[in-house]
Amino acid sequence: MKLRENLDQWDFVIAAYAVGLIAIIALVVWVWFDMRRAEKRRDEAKRK
Amino acid sequence: MHGFANPKRFLALAKWLTPLLLVSGIVLSAIGLAWGVLNVPPDRLMGDTVRILFIHVPAAWLGMGGWTAIAISSLVFLVWKHPLASLAARAAALPGAVFTAVCLATGSIWGRPTWGTWWVWDGRLTSMLVLLFLYFGYMALAQAVAREGGSSRIPAIFGLVGAINIPIINRSVVWWNSLHQPPSITMGKSAIDPVFLWPLLIAVVGFSLLFGGIVLARMRALLADIQADARLRRKALGNEIA
Repeated sequence: MKLRENLDQWDFVIAAYAVGLIAIIALVVWVWFDMRRAEKRRDEAKRK
Repeated sequence: MHGFANPKRFLALAKWLTPLLLVSGIVLSAIGLAWGVLNVPPDRLMGDTVRILFIHVPAAWLGMGGWTAIAISSLVFLVWKHPLASLAARAAALPGAVFTAVCLATGSIWGRPTWGTWWVWDGRLTSMLVLLFLYFGYMALAQAVAREGGSSRIPAIFGLVGAINIPIINRSVVWWNSLHQPPSITMGKSAIDPVFLWPLLIAVVGFSLLFGGIVLARMRALLADIQADARLRRKALGNEIA
């Protein structure tokens, strides 16, 4: 019977950073472009 | 402080502060994370999984910090009726939810090789999951109020009541038996070796600056949408009268 699993710890480190960084980078990119979109819409409404 | 509640002054400040916070946050976070992943030795007990803590701990800090910001902004809105305070609370909700989700996901990935399980229903993990659901509830409520034109006091009261969960998360590892370790950093004291502490502190500062930049960018977006809607409504009303 196998008492101890043979897990490669680096697989978990890579998985954690992949999940975390993808979520944070996606958030920053979305927030930045949404801000640019909203401010452009406001400026266009001002000009109309 | 009250001077910055003026949207014009806020925008003048936020225009240069947003990119500054975002860029400095990205640079410091990258330094802290790269140092933590590539340059620290494996921990005596945790081995290489200790490297996950350099993203997990700052995410946990900002998950709780985000709701603290919502509670403080809600209190300022309820007491002084500053519309920007209500906007700040709404702006902190999305990044707070994302960092809480990152904290839960990275903690779960860390738990599998360290504890032998992805999840346990103990005080710390459960109260953190409750925080994520509180964020979802707050965002749904704030969006519904903004769309349907209800009172902004409702999400503000929700934000204040939900803050009860923050001390529960903080003290959960002391109050209940838990697989999660007790606090390693308390006021003025640290049980963490400096070799791990320095990259962790840099990552925490970097993530905090990034969080500030994200909140400012969200506030600018929400404010611009409100101003555009108001202008278009006034124009439509003017056309109707003419």
